[in-house]
Amino acid sequence: MAEVVTMPKLGFDMDEGKLVRWVIPEGDPVEKGAVIAEIETDKATVEVESGYAGVMFRHLAEEDTALPVNAPIAVIADEGEEPSEDEIDSLVKEAGGEAPEKAPTKEDKPEEEAEEKEEKEETEEESVEEEDADVTPAGGVRSSPLARRMAEDHDIELKKIEGSGPQGRVVKKDVEDYLESMRQEGREEEAEAVERVLEPMPAFAPGEAPEDEVVEMSRLRQAIGKRMQNSNQNFPHFYLTRNYKTDQMMALRKDINQLLPEGEKISVNDFIVKAVALALRRYPNLNASIEDKTHIRRHGQVNVGVAVAVEGGLMTVVCKDADQKPVRLIAREVREMAIRARERKVKNEDIEGSTFSISNLGMYAIDNFAAIINPPEAAILAVGAVQKVPDVVDGEVVVASRMKATLSADHRVTDGAEAAEFMEVLADYLEEPMRLLL
Amino acid sequence: MARMTMREAISKALWEEMERDENVFIQGEEVGVWGGTYAVTKGFLDRFGEKRVRDTPIAEAAIVGSAIGAALVGLRPVAELMTINFAFAAMDHIVNEAPKLHYMFGGQFKLPLVIRAVSGGGRQLAATHSQTPDAIFAHFPGLKVVSPGTPADAKGLLKSAIRSDDPVLFIENATLYQAKGEVPEDEDYLEPIGKSKIQREGEDVTIVAYSKTVQLAMEAADMLAEDGIEAEIVDLRSLRPLDMEPVIESFKRTNRAVVAEEGWRGYGVGSEVSARIYELAFDYVDAPVKRVAQAEVPLPYNQRLEQLAIVQTEDIYNAAKEVIYG
Repeated sequence: MAEVVTMPKLGFDMDEGKLVRWVIPEGDPVEKGAVIAEIETDKATVEVESGYAGVMFRHLAEEDTALPVNAPIAVIADEGEEPSEDEIDSLVKEAGGEAPEKAPTKEDKPEEEAEEKEEKEETEEESVEEEDADVTPAGGVRSSPLARRMAEDHDIELKKIEGSGPQGRVVKKDVEDYLESMRQEGREEEAEAVERVLEPMPAFAPGEAPEDEVVEMSRLRQAIGKRMQNSNQNFPHFYLTRNYKTDQMMALRKDINQLLPEGEKISVNDFIVKAVALALRRYPNLNASIEDKTHIRRHGQVNVGVAVAVEGGLMTVVCKDADQKPVRLIAREVREMAIRARERKVKNEDIEGSTFSISNLGMYAIDNFAAIINPPEAAILAVGAVQKVPDVVDGEVVVASRMKATLSADHRVTDGAEAAEFMEVLADYLEEPMRLLL
Repeated sequence: MARMTMREAISKALWEEMERDENVFIQGEEVGVWGGTYAVTKGFLDRFGEKRVRDTPIAEAAIVGSAIGAALVGLRPVAELMTINFAFAAMDHIVNEAPKLHYMFGGQFKLPLVIRAVSGGGRQLAATHSQTPDAIFAHFPGLKVVSPGTPADAKGLLKSAIRSDDPVLFIENATLYQAKGEVPEDEDYLEPIGKSKIQREGEDVTIVAYSKTVQLAMEAADMLAEDGIEAEIVDLRSLRPLDMEPVIESFKRTNRAVVAEEGWRGYGVGSEVSARIYELAFDYVDAPVKRVAQAEVPLPYNQRLEQLAIVQTEDIYNAAKEVIYG
């Protein structure tokens, strides 16, 4: 059982002492009666002895700080004991101090609640209930047992969820809404991963391995193979990866999607299509094909292909003149073409005439990858997942949203510097996505 | 099925059981010549005679005590207490004799006794005649406590009580005698004692009720439905044995519960039910269980004050809204 050492009162008129030096560092064993620290009163420097044996688990005060008499200064634990933060908090509180890391402060909210109820409810019994409800919960997040269990099942930190219950209590609905918002924010992979947690993975039954299976390649499979082999073997690819800031894009998307009905929401990829199209307009050399051994054709139209996974392969549907279309129209076209592609009802014009392609595996939680150029195009952009990452802003670590994208470009058409500039311009659009709406 | 009032359903159950088994007899104040304070035993004296329909003195200890004696020697008495408030005058017999005899004599005696008692307020009978002290009787192991909320359950449960070899306190709510419902006419229609019942299905909030509050909960559920909230109503029907299974099963789906009883809140049915919810389904709790009960005062005589003190439909409705933060 861990114990708390407090600032001793050395003399009847002492009301605070300055901790000058720690004698026993954290992690070292402590014997009962051992000197653990030196403190300075306005009269003298004196030694603080431990009343307990064990291990110096935690210094609660730094050297050279003045503390009132009886303020907790250290936690001494039994050997091998690892008190949790909650245990330490409650020990410190018991000892009359404040928790080292303050839980959210009690606000005036409970009063409001209580007043509301007062009219109806009458007995002293009631007031006790109200007071109980006012206790700040362990861990600093007020939540229902069900919400806690759901958060645990889904591996979500309760702190991230805004509570809608009384006094900000996180309840079932809030956890459900949070999961839903993860989907809305394009963190499908996160939400899906969470759902997968709920369904146990099938265990493989022991026994004999099945026989080998020889399957015929579909025509689509053969076509993909031929095309990709040709491209990868014959065209000199080079690759550039850039990490884009997506905080604004995610916020903008959330705002926009709140205005759009279900089924017409805009995906992260729709923004990327638009951004790529605008960037290509400025870098026509990447919106190009090899014409013959001595000529490059720079296309007048910007037609952005989007790779869609279909059963047994993939198809690239084409959003024509994407630089001239509003994002909402791009979203609708791509969505409709993708559905047709998956249902094998694709029209010829859906898959013809692309001048540049995008392959997005963000929904599969792929961080980053390199794609093979879709001939006769000059480049393809491979897009990874939007992720929450730590970022340093003004010397502080903050949570930021990032997305990696890798451009594969044909070295016969372009070079590293030009491609890098293209990626730079793409950043201007993706990182300040208002530009995409202008 | 026949549509009838709770009064008719109870009367029918008694009548049928007395026809079926000549050991069944009734005794109480004014059950014979007057036909019962609530007219439940009207016509019984003419049909079954003075030996089986016995008017007693105003002496509850004697009514219950002699019924216990009769049960010990093999008869099946139904002792009627004009109101449950008078049960206190027979408390020793009800809680200290009847529930214990089978145990204390090593099972040599059975005690096929039914005590019918009328509970509930709201009829301006003032503080001493308007109480709903059902919960205190449910405190004692050995005594079954049953209290129906619908005419059909009243018939099926009373017949089960009369056929039971254990002492059963059968509590009727005075304001429910006029409540109507479909009742099976089968003479062997029995409802099991110690089984709760879902009276209405819903997914948003569980309302646990019994006796009069079942009727109020039904009305509250209609109001909630207009707000798009589907309430599930679990009727306890027996306070002892208390069947929590449907309650817990329902709560695990809705995660929110209101427990409504007519009696006082403290140490009451709601206290017991909510405590068991926390014990059995803690990980499913999404909001504190709300207890709806009458004001913690001796019931006033004044009609307006009395109505303010006892549970109303709106109280259940409001409590449901509160637990779902609606």
